[in-house]
Amino acid sequence: MQIHLGLIDYSILIIYFLFVIGIGFALKRYMKGSTDFFLSGRSIPAWVTGLAFISANLGAQEVIGMAASGAKYGIMTSHFYWVGAIPAMVFLAIFMMPFYYGSKARSVPEYLKMRFDEKTRGLNAISFAVMTVFSSGISLHALAKLMELLLGWNYNACIALSAFIVLVYIFLGGLTSAIYNEVLQFFMIVLGFAPLVFLALKDVGGWAALKTKLVPVATSNGFAPGTWTQSWAHMNAPSDNPMGIGWFGMVMGLGFVLSFGYWCTDFLVVQRAMAANSMSAARRTPLIAALPKMLFPALVILPGMIAIAIHHGEANKFLPLGSDGTPDYNLTIPTLLARYLPTGILGVGFTALMASFMSGMAGNVTAFNTVWTYDIYQSYLAKNKSDTHYLWMGRMATVFGILVSVGCAYLASKFNNIMDMLQLVFGFVNAPLFATFLLGMFWRRATGHGAFCGLLGGTLGAAFFHGLAHTQGAEIGIKGGWLGQKIVFQSEMSQNFWMAIIAWTTCFVVTIVISILTARNKTDEELKGLVYSLTPKPKSENEPWYQQPVALGILVLIGTIALNIIFW
Amino acid sequence: MNFDLRLPLGAMFAIYGLMLTLFGFATNGQEMYQTHSLGINVNLRWGIVLLVFGLVMLGLALKRKKS
Repeated sequence: MQIHLGLIDYSILIIYFLFVIGIGFALKRYMKGSTDFFLSGRSIPAWVTGLAFISANLGAQEVIGMAASGAKYGIMTSHFYWVGAIPAMVFLAIFMMPFYYGSKARSVPEYLKMRFDEKTRGLNAISFAVMTVFSSGISLHALAKLMELLLGWNYNACIALSAFIVLVYIFLGGLTSAIYNEVLQFFMIVLGFAPLVFLALKDVGGWAALKTKLVPVATSNGFAPGTWTQSWAHMNAPSDNPMGIGWFGMVMGLGFVLSFGYWCTDFLVVQRAMAANSMSAARRTPLIAALPKMLFPALVILPGMIAIAIHHGEANKFLPLGSDGTPDYNLTIPTLLARYLPTGILGVGFTALMASFMSGMAGNVTAFNTVWTYDIYQSYLAKNKSDTHYLWMGRMATVFGILVSVGCAYLASKFNNIMDMLQLVFGFVNAPLFATFLLGMFWRRATGHGAFCGLLGGTLGAAFFHGLAHTQGAEIGIKGGWLGQKIVFQSEMSQNFWMAIIAWTTCFVVTIVISILTARNKTDEELKGLVYSLTPKPKSENEPWYQQPVALGILVLIGTIALNIIFW
Repeated sequence: MNFDLRLPLGAMFAIYGLMLTLFGFATNGQEMYQTHSLGINVNLRWGIVLLVFGLVMLGLALKRKKS
């Protein structure tokens, strides 16, 4: 598959690069100390941190992946938003942000040190730092591979160019630069994809016609007619829907464990809220993000549903086919871009796609340089240096992080298995995290030893479960089952969600048991501002209702429930 | 921090809007609109949307600067 860009499309792309780098240069003079570089001096207004909050997560994996999933599974993909992300974002805003922002912790691992102890922080900081550079490398690899395929660009040149641009703007302007560029990217995605979705939907004849056209897609795959257009109606048994999962595994695994774990504890997103200019702005950040996020399925999932309807209608000739004869779902968005956007507007859509890859990488790099500098370098390698020294270190960590990312990109291009293996291990490490934070924030009796053992236990529990679980028809090994195939799942997704549930539960139980067996290592006085029952409630600062976190949170939840019911 | 993000944001989209609007005018009626965008001159129409968005952002930023 090929896309042909004209002169005007290239000009649009180049103008975007100039603005991105220009913002870096404009911000350089504000970077006076390490707080400016890593936390934007806690001075960013809520609408900016809010849009950056979604954008940091709106990397290409999200845009490409959600469209792919929309084609493959239909509207059930919306559970990632309306069950997963949104409730977690509301929870973060209302209940968790007061501790993150109020404790003045500079990173999520630092909060763990204040709440628990050094070893819990170390475990989290090191695993997080490794994960971010690898994710950034995977993002880079995916970008270069796609550009090579679509435009015939040189893989090496593409890696060098994107790594260089990200390096320049973060090196100069730190987190502020990343946040500002994420807002640019947010508008690029929305304004670049809106005409695409409009044209594609008009072409299939609107929503009602799309529903009719998705009926044969469902029936030809052996499911009930409405499976692709109803989000909940076919979730009683895993065999009723293409995701191969029942409602309990979905709500608990994806909703409660994985989404809360990601949105509430991943420093990549939480860092955006920590940069806000007040407690109220920090709490509003995830909520301002949640408002557009609720509607994002229309921008990223709907195109996938349209594409599969067209594909089916055109006798399986619309999407490119993979070697096994099934559509290459990852090419859904590029195929639609090539089909519906003429040169000119194509440049905007294409730049939006490229921007999402780069901001995915930038988000990881800024989270990495902060955790590296504060939680690893300052804590273990060079204590009590001047602030200027840490600022310098932050810049060096940026260079280092990007070089390692480039290395990882090449690793990914050479050894696909290593990347699958790493992502599997990341899954083991991430799944239990939310249990630790939940107990840490809401149970003052939780101890440092308890948290540390809980995290390790949860990770081991996940690995052990993975060894015993198995997806029908999958190979034994990296896909599970290496300790025997005791538990059989309908789909890999279902297996992953249940693994998360097991990891979370193990961590939760182990943390409680060990905490009760060990002595408290923090007094009530030390835990003030870190634990719910010991922290004075944040006062509402006489704001109008639409600026109050609780009111906004309720509004967001009502909207989400309504969307779930409409598309039930 | 005395740096209003709406300034570069508005400027960038105003430039994009202007480019697409002019390009849409120049290419009006060309075959690519039939083959791709259902006969709609999407460059012209969306160009105007982007231009308006960009100018509104610029306007807000400049208004704040004055006060």
